[in-house]
Amino acid sequence: MQVSSSLRESLITGGKTVGDVSEDISRQVEGKPTQLWWMAFGVSTVLLLFGVYCMSITLWEGIGKWGLNKTVGWAWDITNFVWWVGIGHAGTLISAILLLFRQKWRMSINRAAEAMTIFAVICAASFPLIHMGRLWLGFYWALPLPNAFGSLWVNFNSPLLWDVFAISTYFTVSLVFWYMGLIPDFAVIRDRAVRMGHKTRAAVYNAMSFGWSGGAKTWMRYESVALILAGLSTPLVLSVHTIVSFDFATSVIPGWHTTIFPPYFVAGAIFSGFAMVLTLLLITRKVFKLEDYITIYHVELMNIIIIVTGSIVGIAYITEFFIAWYGQVPAEQYAFINRAFGPYWWSYWCMMTCNVISPQLFWIKKIRTSLVSTFVLSIIVNIGMWFERFVIIVTSLHRDYLPSSWSMFYPTMYDLGEYILTFGFFFCAFLLFAKFFPVINMAEVKSIIKSSSEKKH
Amino acid sequence: MNDTKKTYWKGIQQLKNDPAFVKNADKEFVDLGVEDDPRHSRRDFLKMMGFSVAAASLAACEAPVRKAIPYVNKPVDVDPSIPNYYASTYVNGGDYCSIVVKTREGRPIKIEGNSLSKVSMGGTSAQVEASVLSLYDNYRLRGPKAGADSASWEDVDKAITGKLGEISAAGGQIRIVSNTILSPSTKAAIGRFTAKYPTTVHVQYDPVSYTGITKANEASFGKAMIPSYDFSKARTIVSVGADFLGTWLAPIEFTKQYSENRKVSEKVTTMSRHYQFESNLSLTGANADYRTMIRPSQQGLVVAQLYNIIAGKAGRASVSAGIDKVANLEKAANELWASRGQALVVCGSNDKDVQVLVNGINDMLGSYGTTIHANKTVNFRQGNDEAMAALIADVEANKVAGVIFYNCNPVFDHPMGAKLEAALKNVSLSVSTSSTEDETASASGYKAPDHHYLESWNDFEPKTNSFSLSQPAITPIFKTRQAQESLMTWAGEPTEYFAFLKENWRNWYYGTAGGGLSFQSFWDKCLYDGVLDLSNGEAETLTFSGDVDAAASAISTNYKSNNTGFELAIYESYAIGNGSQANNPLLQELPDPITKAVWDHYATISQKDAAELGVDNDAEGRTQYINITAGGKTIKVPALVQPGQAPGTIGIAIGYGRTKVGVVAANMGVNIYPLVTMVNGSLNFNVTSGVTVAKTDEAYQIAQTQIHQTYMGRSSVIQESVLSEFKKDPHAGREFPKITKWDEKVDPGTVSLWKGHDYLDHHWGMAIDLNSCTGCGACIVACNVENNVALVGKQEVINRREMHWLRIDRYYSSDATDISNYEQLEHAAENPEVVFQPMLCQHCNNAPCETVCPVAATTHSTEGLNQMTYNRCIGTRYCANNCPYKVRRFNWFKYHDNQQFYQANPAMNTDLGRMVLNPDVTVRSRGVMEKCSFCVQRIQAGKLNAKREKRTVKDGEIVTACQASCTSGAILFGDLNDENSQISKLLQVKRNEKRPNSPDKQIGNPRAYRVLEDIGVKPNIYYLTKIKNKDLTNA
Repeated sequence: MQVSSSLRESLITGGKTVGDVSEDISRQVEGKPTQLWWMAFGVSTVLLLFGVYCMSITLWEGIGKWGLNKTVGWAWDITNFVWWVGIGHAGTLISAILLLFRQKWRMSINRAAEAMTIFAVICAASFPLIHMGRLWLGFYWALPLPNAFGSLWVNFNSPLLWDVFAISTYFTVSLVFWYMGLIPDFAVIRDRAVRMGHKTRAAVYNAMSFGWSGGAKTWMRYESVALILAGLSTPLVLSVHTIVSFDFATSVIPGWHTTIFPPYFVAGAIFSGFAMVLTLLLITRKVFKLEDYITIYHVELMNIIIIVTGSIVGIAYITEFFIAWYGQVPAEQYAFINRAFGPYWWSYWCMMTCNVISPQLFWIKKIRTSLVSTFVLSIIVNIGMWFERFVIIVTSLHRDYLPSSWSMFYPTMYDLGEYILTFGFFFCAFLLFAKFFPVINMAEVKSIIKSSSEKKH
Repeated sequence: MNDTKKTYWKGIQQLKNDPAFVKNADKEFVDLGVEDDPRHSRRDFLKMMGFSVAAASLAACEAPVRKAIPYVNKPVDVDPSIPNYYASTYVNGGDYCSIVVKTREGRPIKIEGNSLSKVSMGGTSAQVEASVLSLYDNYRLRGPKAGADSASWEDVDKAITGKLGEISAAGGQIRIVSNTILSPSTKAAIGRFTAKYPTTVHVQYDPVSYTGITKANEASFGKAMIPSYDFSKARTIVSVGADFLGTWLAPIEFTKQYSENRKVSEKVTTMSRHYQFESNLSLTGANADYRTMIRPSQQGLVVAQLYNIIAGKAGRASVSAGIDKVANLEKAANELWASRGQALVVCGSNDKDVQVLVNGINDMLGSYGTTIHANKTVNFRQGNDEAMAALIADVEANKVAGVIFYNCNPVFDHPMGAKLEAALKNVSLSVSTSSTEDETASASGYKAPDHHYLESWNDFEPKTNSFSLSQPAITPIFKTRQAQESLMTWAGEPTEYFAFLKENWRNWYYGTAGGGLSFQSFWDKCLYDGVLDLSNGEAETLTFSGDVDAAASAISTNYKSNNTGFELAIYESYAIGNGSQANNPLLQELPDPITKAVWDHYATISQKDAAELGVDNDAEGRTQYINITAGGKTIKVPALVQPGQAPGTIGIAIGYGRTKVGVVAANMGVNIYPLVTMVNGSLNFNVTSGVTVAKTDEAYQIAQTQIHQTYMGRSSVIQESVLSEFKKDPHAGREFPKITKWDEKVDPGTVSLWKGHDYLDHHWGMAIDLNSCTGCGACIVACNVENNVALVGKQEVINRREMHWLRIDRYYSSDATDISNYEQLEHAAENPEVVFQPMLCQHCNNAPCETVCPVAATTHSTEGLNQMTYNRCIGTRYCANNCPYKVRRFNWFKYHDNQQFYQANPAMNTDLGRMVLNPDVTVRSRGVMEKCSFCVQRIQAGKLNAKREKRTVKDGEIVTACQASCTSGAILFGDLNDENSQISKLLQVKRNEKRPNSPDKQIGNPRAYRVLEDIGVKPNIYYLTKIKNKDLTNA
């Protein structure tokens, strides 16, 4: 039997040559930042400064600046933490898992996705830090360091400690993986700088590329390391959010005490991560004129992943309700009824609409191949995912076992400020990344462009 | 050698003979000082900057110096870190309680009940517990004042004596005004004063008057007195508007007696039955078995109707007044009659006529001699409303030349206070002995501040022949002077009050009670015990001779069965009482047992009226102001919708609206005393006609510590039943949750990953009897004081961040019939049943907080305590989230040494206030979690004591602060490993044979349950089911 495959569409359009790739990507790094870039950077800096102000006041006066209370001990802080960690999932998933599955379409997006991961994880990590009542001690007491406080050791039973390990491991591996990929591209910029006579730039990028020579052996090692790191990262993609979900799943609070959490959290994380990648890439693509590298095909594939993970999340929501009914535990039954019909009903239905219903629109080809609708939906998904965490954390806590303690949570300016702080940081960092680092993995993309130039005229 | 006369010049200046050079020519190095050179050089700048920086950083390195001065000669009784206890007496006006004061290094830091007293019987109340902080009130007067200026005692004495002399010479009238004085020696001191100035008249009044009862007794038995009531002997109790567990007459004593008849077990299956007829949902009404809502205007008629029904049974003539269709009244009357001799009817009315009928009912029921003892009169309320009104009229009419206010504040707490205040300007001598510059002191010419009661000597006779002594527990902090000494000084006989007191006791009581001891020994014993009881002699038989018909006809004109307008039922706040302790933040932040509101003044209105007026009081305490007009006065207060409030009535508390008060109570509420009227010769705390209520649109938020009303039908939280069911099966009301394994259903807690650690020595546990707990809240204050719990103020309570380690959950019943109808379950019934549940750290054996702390800051002790290591806590709050009981409290801010909390928390923010802190308990810093420790410092002290005496800890030796304060004995703490401990016996603890020290004990008491048994956290606190003595309704 003979099978003839149809000719695949090129992943990179516009008939780019190897030279074009170097030129198109490096141009952003070498040129002056555009006005648009400056505006975006300015706005981000303002957000960052406002956030820093709010954070400083909180650190100076106490966590009481937030809207938390005796019943609701976590709200926006941990909501934001889980949300950012979730976003930070896409990068590694794209670069590691898709690498192992040999999905070449990832090549155009993995660099930015990984950068996003790293910044998102930094944003995420800021919340467990500033939410501590005594950050100045907590930041190192939560680590199993040898110490002189008698023989005080951390509590290995605590899911928060597992978080510390999970997040720090994930961050380290992601950072190394990302930087590894950047090395050959830094070398390209260095080479171009040498050619253009920019000595400083050449020196800086040379240092950053660790003097990359581009020899065959180097490439061979580079490929091996990439594979090894991909192998290492793959379980981390699953473990990080599993462990984050343990914060809730191992507790006794109805609405938290749920065994479904690990897979449901991981799916949710990938869901929100892909949505965030789309949001960022659609802008980057436009601003840096990378339409030929990040094509509708990429967008469509990512939208399909969003349908899949969104549906998994939807099934998880329904399963929770089913189990609450089936389990016949009154407190749990109440917790779920309260989610949907209690004082926070609006956040629950916001979550359901954004996460379960809206991604289903991607079944329609027209919508999943439209940049505008993708952009809008990607933002809606992230709003929904924020509400998912809010619903899990706040609606479970605010009415748990003893009705005498039931209360409401109202955010303050400082709650908002801390969230804005991470946005400010995230966009500042991403803009700096987009300006100074090659946003697309040139080395990899060069491997998938058609060798014969088919430049359209 | 040729002298060439050659001159080698050193420079141009020398050559030119520059005068500036010549001046300094003899100096090798010329130092141009700063004064010589006004232009500071760069070097100077650097030098000075260097010095400043160095100096500033050195200064910054140095810790602030706090002087601790050691004793040169150690006082005999003071050992650092060893507390001393002194028997003393709390008195505030007519309120009384025999107490034991705990002092540390000479500072009173805690008050507990004196169990030797036969009157207060070791009980305390929230106000008694909190009064220790009043000692350290910054608003106290530092010394005497003449007008607005500080003066010396000599000058003030001279001026006052001079003026008294003038007045007396001119034959002018002098008055001493006081609240009820319980002290025989004080009365003797006043006697000396009166002897010197014979125109003096002593007028006693009480802010919350009981004149009606005194007069009714005079009319009924020919003796103006208030008898002793004994609720412990009563099987059937009917109270018409008397909040005897909360505020009426002697709540501490009554709570003690009442609770005796509310404790049931497998052996004792009887309990009293309690009917309450009232307008506001009071603490007493909340504990009643049957509660009927009536209007104040019906109060007299209800009593009359009760009289008639019982008279019908007793064969006496009925009276003309009456009312139909009062729910439960017929039933109450039948049961009263059936249990006559063991029945008691009390009424909160201050109307003589109503009280005469009450006396008549009690007479028919044979209560005198059984539940009412007239030979043992209570002296708490001796005030005479008419005398006080006459006094104010006299002052207004310029008939009085001199007034001395002895520790009372009529300008604030008398309905005619404003008139008095205005009239005082024309009185030539006005003196106040109040220890704070209150409204009356401010209006008086001289302030001669008395000691705080903890600094005073005194004696009291709360009941006939029952005495209680007061002794100072601290040297006077300020330049105050015992008021009795002041009076005697002004009478020209300056006597040390202590000597005077002792001499009185020698003359009065030593003879009869000396018992062969030397006087000094007798005195020492009295002082040691704090109390002295003399025999009361034969009980006299009282003959009821009240004119019930006249009373009834007065009632039928004064009361109406079908009033339609709004009525005001003015009540005394549980926390701040009559307002004298308003400046005590412990009381301001004590949640009202019923409304759970703190730091606030509000009017309670019924759900029905709220709906009609359009008042929207949501769960967050957000509400609107209402304007209440009564007697031509309009007040504006926020409305609080109160289940159980009789429709058509508005409940409003006195005690708020203080104007001359410290920062704590400043600008809080409205003074309600002016709305009180004089009816029938006594003050009437109900306004039944001419009341209009109008809603305003002005929004307000009331701070409440509990904002959800019902327990949502969760039987894992509250387990309750009724007595008849309990008799059939002592497990009545219990829930026995099971958890499902794949093949069988088993008890929760039997399936566990952990075996649990053995408790080899002690296993601390607690039992709380929901049937005994009246919900009064004394334990909350006791816990606050014992454990230095921060007070956070109104805004932080609105933010739901009060720090109380112990709270009392108050749940209303709902009308919902289906426990899955959550919407319906959330709403309290119109006249709900109430259950109180003290909630504190449950010290779970499988504590969910312990496993989640990343730094192991909360751990389990080898004795079953869940302990909190503040120093280790990093404040992730995970433990609080994971606590199913939500008893953990986080330090959201720095509550000590923080200007933000100066007003709410003086005990941690003022030098004076800090003296009250318990040195055995750390003041927690910002960012750490805290919670009930089972008073671990007391456990530790008890264990150390036992160790020093080479023995094991005796049962009852260690009591937690909450247990010590609990008048009704609802809280019992002890060692579950000790088979003979009270708690082991109460809970019928059986040890596991195979593993005797296992944390899992078998509990035999059928009433004992653990809250949220099903989640398997295995608390060490057991609750005993709530059993109400009411008939089973078919539900």
